[in-house]
Amino acid sequence: MSDALTMLRRNVRHTRRNPSTVVMTIALPVFLLLIFVGVFGGALNEGVRPTPGGFEYIDYLVPGILLMTVGYGATTTALAVNRDITSGIIARFRVMAISRASVLTGQVIGSTARTIISAILVVGVAVALGFRPAAGPGRWLAAAGLLTLLTLALTWLGVAVGLAAKTAEGTAPFTFVVQLLPFLSSAFVPPESMSAPVRWFATHEPFTPVIDTLRDLLLGTPVEHGLVAVAWCAVLALAGYLWARALFRRDPS
Amino acid sequence: MTGVSAGSGIAVTGLRKSFGDLVVLDGIDLDVPAGTTFSLLGPNGAGKTTAVRILSTLIGFDSGQVRVAGHDVVTEPDAVRASIGVTGQFSAVDDLLTGAENLALMADLNHLDRATGRRRAGELLERFELTAAAGKPASAYSGGMRRRLDLAMTLVGDPRVIFLDEPTTGLDPRSRRTMWQIIRDLVAGGVTIFLTTQYLDEADELADRIAVLDHGRVVASGTAAELKSGLPGGHVRLRFADLAGLDAAARTLPGASRDDEALTLQVPGDGRVPALRALLGRLEQAGIEVDELSVHTPDLDDVFFALTGRPAATDEAVR
Repeated sequence: MSDALTMLRRNVRHTRRNPSTVVMTIALPVFLLLIFVGVFGGALNEGVRPTPGGFEYIDYLVPGILLMTVGYGATTTALAVNRDITSGIIARFRVMAISRASVLTGQVIGSTARTIISAILVVGVAVALGFRPAAGPGRWLAAAGLLTLLTLALTWLGVAVGLAAKTAEGTAPFTFVVQLLPFLSSAFVPPESMSAPVRWFATHEPFTPVIDTLRDLLLGTPVEHGLVAVAWCAVLALAGYLWARALFRRDPS
Repeated sequence: MTGVSAGSGIAVTGLRKSFGDLVVLDGIDLDVPAGTTFSLLGPNGAGKTTAVRILSTLIGFDSGQVRVAGHDVVTEPDAVRASIGVTGQFSAVDDLLTGAENLALMADLNHLDRATGRRRAGELLERFELTAAAGKPASAYSGGMRRRLDLAMTLVGDPRVIFLDEPTTGLDPRSRRTMWQIIRDLVAGGVTIFLTTQYLDEADELADRIAVLDHGRVVASGTAAELKSGLPGGHVRLRFADLAGLDAAARTLPGASRDDEALTLQVPGDGRVPALRALLGRLEQAGIEVDELSVHTPDLDDVFFALTGRPAATDEAVR
């Protein structure tokens, strides 16, 4: 336990020393928010009418942007873990009499906390731009819980990718997937407006139920896919955890 | 950590390790008494780093027995880890942390209390001449400083057995000398040192015993002197002012080999003073003037060449 705390302190210190990781995790989603609201927002408000009941496009958009924030956070985690592997510091930890699990749990807790802070800041920016959610405290709490579960899932996957990649460039496919999947989901426009094959993919990929549930929770509409969303997050978290653990246990190459 | 009985440093029997079809260690036996310095010497690709990785519990092996500091690496890895320190050829320091923070991290992971950890870090910074740079991030350190910080981090836990994997590879000559002095001081403190190197002079300079590793096998072992003794290559070189002097000397000293162009004569011998005195006496009796005399003792380069038939440094086999 004390080893995990030591690793967590190391992680927090890294973030303080290198704040650009947080800045990037916030800047990219905010940039997308500005583009989609400022550039496409007018047309989408008119053409798509995504949310009946007097909501603006920005209200539709924010849950997807939050998911992208979590995704960016996970890619910086993958890079950080990969740097630890290639720099040899993890090999140093492995030949010390410390809890092996602490190396990864410290990283995951630190990264999750950093991503949640980023998400809170993104929500703040969104509110300043006109985001007007209609959720009571219970729904906010549920939304925060789901977002945390999603963060845990993507962070464990990021840790595994960081461990598996031989070089920093090796984490690029993960970054690509995490950044692309939201576009092929209900993040920016409702899947109903997409062409048939894309619509099929968008309705069945894991991000869509998570985004839909976040949106329903925040906008006060009935939650339809809550169980599916939680199940996806749990499955991804477990898969990421087991994969990372297996990679960490095998002999380092 | 002081409970380790004297005599048990490192004991390896029949160690084998392959990566796929590639046999990296082909049944090696090593015995390093506690408190001594042992050097595993070999060219790139001989299997030195693999041996260190196995002995330090980082990777597994196919067969054999490995005990370090009195503990079996397979059944008691944590006991081994508590007794060892490892400094590899690539410095494993945390670039985002300062030198002092790196040491504090090691103190925390060794579960030292705050005061002890601070004191220990301060001592090590002082000892490794890093006090002035203690507050700078490790990414700003020079190669020699990084290597010293790496070794300081290894020493925070007060290990009884220290693995140094090519500790001076890539260092400039001055940093290399500094590192050698640090290693000598460690030995004086009673720890067991397992040093790998491809520099023959380094093994000669630091190690009590040396094993020469080539293609996963120990091809020779012993003290530096034992390895050198009985080898060809020891000779006295005499240079003369002119060909007449060389001719006269060659007649006086049959069995010497002459080089007419350089006006030199190589006389086999180990260069000890009585032999030299006798040699010079014979030349003086014959009235031959020697322009210059030099003694060549065999070094470990000669050893390696004699054992493997190739010079040591040029072999760049793929591991």
